[in-house]
Amino acid sequence: MVSAATAVMGANEIEVASPKIVVRDVTIRYAGTPALSGVSLDVREHEVFGIIGPANAGKTSFLKALNRMDMFTDGMKVEGSIEFDGRPIDRLRNVYALRSRIGVVFPLPVGLPLTIYENVALAPRLGGMRNKAELDDIVERCLTRAALWDEVKDRLNSLGSLLSGGQQQRLTIARALSQQPDVLILDEFSIAVDPVTTMRIEDVLKELKHELTIILVTNLVQQAQRLADRTAFFLEGECVEVGKTSDLFDGRVQDSRTRDYIEGKFG
Amino acid sequence: MFEASELNLRNKRTESLYRTLFLVMTLLLILPVLLILGTLIVKGASAISWEFLFGYPKDGMTAGGIFPALVGTIWLVSVALLVSVPLGVAAAIYLNEYAGENWFTRIINLAIINLAGVPSIVHALFGVGAFVIFFGFGTSILAASLTLAIMTLPVVIVSTRESLRAVPMAFREACWNMGATRWQTIRRVVLPNAVPGILTGVILEVSRTTGETAPIMFTGAAFFLPFLPESVFDQTMALSLHLFVVSTQVPNVPENLPYGVALVLIGMVLLMNSLSIALRMYLRGKKKW
Amino acid sequence: MAGSGKAINAESAVEFDRRNTDWYVDKAIQAIVFVGGISTIIFVIGIFVFITREGLTFVFDTLDVKEFLTSEYWDPSDEDAPEYGILALIAGTASVTGLAMVVAIPFSLGAAVFIGEFATGKTREFLKVLVELLAAIPSVVWGFIGLSIMNPLIIEWFNVPVGLNVLNAGIILGLMAAPIMTSIAEDALKAVPDRYREAAEAMGATRWQVIYKVVLPAAKNGLLGAVLLGVGRAFGETMAVLMATGHSINIPTSVFDSVRALTATIAAELGETAVGSDHYGALFTIGIFLFLITFIINLLADLVVRGVRKG
Repeated sequence: MVSAATAVMGANEIEVASPKIVVRDVTIRYAGTPALSGVSLDVREHEVFGIIGPANAGKTSFLKALNRMDMFTDGMKVEGSIEFDGRPIDRLRNVYALRSRIGVVFPLPVGLPLTIYENVALAPRLGGMRNKAELDDIVERCLTRAALWDEVKDRLNSLGSLLSGGQQQRLTIARALSQQPDVLILDEFSIAVDPVTTMRIEDVLKELKHELTIILVTNLVQQAQRLADRTAFFLEGECVEVGKTSDLFDGRVQDSRTRDYIEGKFG
Repeated sequence: MFEASELNLRNKRTESLYRTLFLVMTLLLILPVLLILGTLIVKGASAISWEFLFGYPKDGMTAGGIFPALVGTIWLVSVALLVSVPLGVAAAIYLNEYAGENWFTRIINLAIINLAGVPSIVHALFGVGAFVIFFGFGTSILAASLTLAIMTLPVVIVSTRESLRAVPMAFREACWNMGATRWQTIRRVVLPNAVPGILTGVILEVSRTTGETAPIMFTGAAFFLPFLPESVFDQTMALSLHLFVVSTQVPNVPENLPYGVALVLIGMVLLMNSLSIALRMYLRGKKKW
Repeated sequence: MAGSGKAINAESAVEFDRRNTDWYVDKAIQAIVFVGGISTIIFVIGIFVFITREGLTFVFDTLDVKEFLTSEYWDPSDEDAPEYGILALIAGTASVTGLAMVVAIPFSLGAAVFIGEFATGKTREFLKVLVELLAAIPSVVWGFIGLSIMNPLIIEWFNVPVGLNVLNAGIILGLMAAPIMTSIAEDALKAVPDRYREAAEAMGATRWQVIYKVVLPAAKNGLLGAVLLGVGRAFGETMAVLMATGHSINIPTSVFDSVRALTATIAAELGETAVGSDHYGALFTIGIFLFLITFIINLLADLVVRGVRKG
């Protein structure tokens, strides 16, 4: 109950800035069993919104709901309301347009079994782009952005699915950027990536923040501290609290469980 | 210590005994068939000649060639494929890409199992009742091929489904997350990686269809026709039926003639199957992820 | 800031509401592939409907179910007093199928155990390919083999006047069904998780003990399914039994008796009957009978493989 109240309080304060995504009282069930209950929060434009919490907190389910992936997941049901740019996402006539505005990077890198070039050109092509020069431009820009261009520029025609794990993750990021999304969602992207690459990607995210909104789900609280403007703490299917990252990490929490988690007492 | 090793030795001996037993059972299953195939080759080879393959039957089918039967089989198989491949691939795409696991797909699966399990002669009766009589196609290539297509539909569905399944789910999810529709995902990522697998299934189906006899006996294949079919509404000879005819229905056939027909038929079938297996192995060695 | 926010809102409002070509194409494709999926159901129903339709007049006007199933006299072409008893035909099918299973079950299960559990690497691959190729031999070729190769061998070895009989057809059908049963049985063995084997081996069990005590019991349902599918295949086989049984109506008392099978009767007689005649209807009625029996066998095999009965 406490958590819901705080979230709503946070929401009131946000009304002044422009909210990109507004989540109200969202509950997610799989074949009836709730994975996440009563979440309310806002994601503002051009912020990095961190979500931390241990495994099975409902973080990934939450991301799936934002992207309407419940449509493709057997047994998954979302209740409550989610608005994107002020539009309730469960009442869109073209849900694919929503997804094309949200780029997603998974915990495990997925290089599609296409060439590196086609991996990045796929989203623009899906959007109907045919012009070779434009595509070339997007491919180069996105790969550069994702800090992968220098490593692959001489073999754009080799298979993306055969790159190393770290490279595939950067390819995935390049692919997400090629959608020219408003929102970039990263779900524990550093799990399959070495520390050096992780730092390089984090630098990229800091730059990207000026152009788009980033939702960063991470199991590394330090990463949230480094990158997120505001952070939500999820625990066992509940959003415990949402606050400014600096507040949470300086101990100004509303729920002691948040402090315990951040200080590494559990999770 | 000593006891243990004695036990070990005994175990080893029973072990190799069982191994040999099962090896012998396997060989008893395979060797007779290989012997029979050998006999077919030895006895049939003398019949095979240029004139045999490209000539017409002569003297009441006791001499001459099998050309009209060969051409007829190609007609029957091609028309059957035109129906069963699109239908089978569609069914597999529906089951694997669009439908979830529910009572409806369960019924479809049961239907597939039954199509594969119903005796070929019952398919023949269906072909007569539905295509020859009800739809009025008469005994024709069209009626026979439709019957064959429905009968071998499960082959296409099962193999297509298997190759679709081999494409990891993560690829689909990645595409969906980008805003791709199911069909865009299938066309751009799933199908390109499944087509070679589907192709092996299609070759397998060609082989199955080539050998079928009962379903075409009353629906479109004729014992003897002195000319080649010109459209799907004509009757035709077929290689499989020709083997039945020359070995049971025609008196005074020289011994090597039916052997020759059997050899050509089995050669075609095994060639297709080997091709399909070779393609499958080649693909297995060429991983794309 | 607020202005740009508004602009985006307006843009997404348009985009989210506009169903583009890709949206409609996806829906159209979904409808098309759905037709493919449902066609399988339509065909199965269609098979039943159309063979029933042809057999219907006979079933209602002429058929005496008791006579049909219990009389051993099948003589539908007798103009004065046609006989429609399929008992002898059932006996023919049953005897041949039974003998085929006696041949096929031990050898195919044995071969599956060897290929799946003993053989390794190249040997295993080679045997699997060979089994697959054997399964591809068309039934009319098997019939020809029964007629031309087995027939003289049986006459010579057993000193009997006719070599086209239960023995001949049983062996042929057994050899025919065995490769398929081997493949399915081997799949069933492969489905047993390796950790079962590893756990038993860690306890010091020999390979055979592992197979006998762990793998076979765990694969029981799959193996039973393989046997049932083999039975279904042998039962419904047409060309091979038509050519190898001798095709004479008989309730067999020994394996050297010639018999006639249900399937073969249809294949042999349908060509001679007039559409709509009693004889024609009787053959379709046998078809209905065959359809129902194989339907049940396949349903049973499916249930067994899925382990529903266990659960």
